[in-house]
Amino acid sequence: MAKNTGASKFRKVDVDQYDEDKFQDEDIDVADQGPNDTEVSNLLAQYPLLSSANVNFHTGKNQDALLLVLNSAPIGSKNQAVKDRAANTVVRVLTSFKVADIDRAVKSLDQKNVDTLMKYIYRGFESPSDGSSASLLTWHEKVFAAGGLGSIVRVLTDRKRV
Amino acid sequence: MAEKHNFGVNPVTCHAVSGDKTNLALSLNDHEVKIYKKSGNKWQETDTLGEHGQRVTGIDWASKSNRIVTCGADRNAYVWTYQNGKWKPELVILRINRAATCVRWSPEENKFAVGCGARLISVSYYEEEHRWWVSKHIKKPIRSTVTCLDWHPNNVLIAAGSTDFKARVFSGYIKEIESKPSPCAWGTKMMFATPMAEFSNGGGGWVHAISFSPSGDRIAWVGHDSSVSVADAANESRLVVIKDSFLPFLGITWVSENSMVAAGYDCNPMLFTYDAGKGSLSLVSKLDIPQEKAAGTVSAMNRFRDLDKKASSGDNSTELKTQHQNTITQVSVFDGTKAQCKRISTSGVDGNLIIWDLNVSQHSINASF
Repeated sequence: MAKNTGASKFRKVDVDQYDEDKFQDEDIDVADQGPNDTEVSNLLAQYPLLSSANVNFHTGKNQDALLLVLNSAPIGSKNQAVKDRAANTVVRVLTSFKVADIDRAVKSLDQKNVDTLMKYIYRGFESPSDGSSASLLTWHEKVFAAGGLGSIVRVLTDRKRV
Repeated sequence: MAEKHNFGVNPVTCHAVSGDKTNLALSLNDHEVKIYKKSGNKWQETDTLGEHGQRVTGIDWASKSNRIVTCGADRNAYVWTYQNGKWKPELVILRINRAATCVRWSPEENKFAVGCGARLISVSYYEEEHRWWVSKHIKKPIRSTVTCLDWHPNNVLIAAGSTDFKARVFSGYIKEIESKPSPCAWGTKMMFATPMAEFSNGGGGWVHAISFSPSGDRIAWVGHDSSVSVADAANESRLVVIKDSFLPFLGITWVSENSMVAAGYDCNPMLFTYDAGKGSLSLVSKLDIPQEKAAGTVSAMNRFRDLDKKASSGDNSTELKTQHQNTITQVSVFDGTKAQCKRISTSGVDGNLIIWDLNVSQHSINASF
């Protein structure tokens, strides 16, 4: 007769590893290094300084930073540290935007980048930092308007996580 | 435009219609298959096929030979033949150790394919000598549950979608019962179980439904990442994918050589068109155009009653504006062929079966021929 010990250690045993039929993801490990942090920082640094001088120019720089981080997202990588660093960079870029500029930035993205951005927004919600969630919620509203429910479904289903 | 038939509160797991469109077989999420006969505008229940021990997952009705094949979570398939006013079951040993998920007769109705959770497709044919259905397995390179199947019009190739996010085309050529197949756009060598093509739309998402185009040169499939994909073998296996803002689709079927209808969690069948010249896939329209309810006048009494009961005076009915009130799980050609589809039928979790008239509701199909 099994004794009830209250032990819960067994719950942490990964029994699936002994299953021969276990589904293995195909090896898609790409040596993606993620966005270049200094490059992003440089672009961001130009954002507030030039804001008074030229409106179009300053949004351009910030959008460049956004495009850069989305296009170089380490989606294929299996290195969690690289992904974490990229996610932090993206959240930093997103929070640096002024609310008025978000709409234009989202409109300039193509559908693939909208999906990636949605993934990063949910990733940002996962590990909130000081004041990031308020900004991400604004982003979420605008990205949802562009990508619809489909983009949220793809955050949930995609095996290639950010 | 659309006939709506309700079969109770339980979901319709799957349905199939007879060749003459007067009989209907469906399963209401349990171990039984119910047969209905059309009488007037209603479907009258005539028979119950109760041989399965667990939930029925797939039904297909062979139109020419008037036989029904069913498969279920009990890992069995039955072929039902109509004799002396009764449906007579015949057990098919599929040799699988997981639930069967879907079943399809081949176009010539001399064999059928069953997809299952054991990561294989079981192709069964009738051996006259032993008077017995024999099964052969297609195993490689399927890496997860097979969720959907469709036969090529040449009676040989099988398209299968799976929860390993891939759509594949296999040869289901059984040399014991048929002559050697002639080459087609998918390849020339068609030994049994040869993988002819494999497609991934680049993302995650279980494949929920797959369909060969009427000519058999194209396959279309839908996945849980809200995508619709078309692969064109006649065009160097070019793959076109759209991932739009809608919820995922659970069913798709071609309704002409260039257009297809998909439906799913949006509760609304949508018509897509594929342009081989441009290599583009686009949404034409939704089939279910909701009628705006006339804003009736609310009496003062109702208004205050609603305020009291629901803490709001606005229109807060939970009814969806679409005809289907819940997810659509299956889309099939009801009348006509895939090349010239007149009506399609959809069934779903709301227990409804709706028959849509494509001629009336869709003039744009003709424009895209």
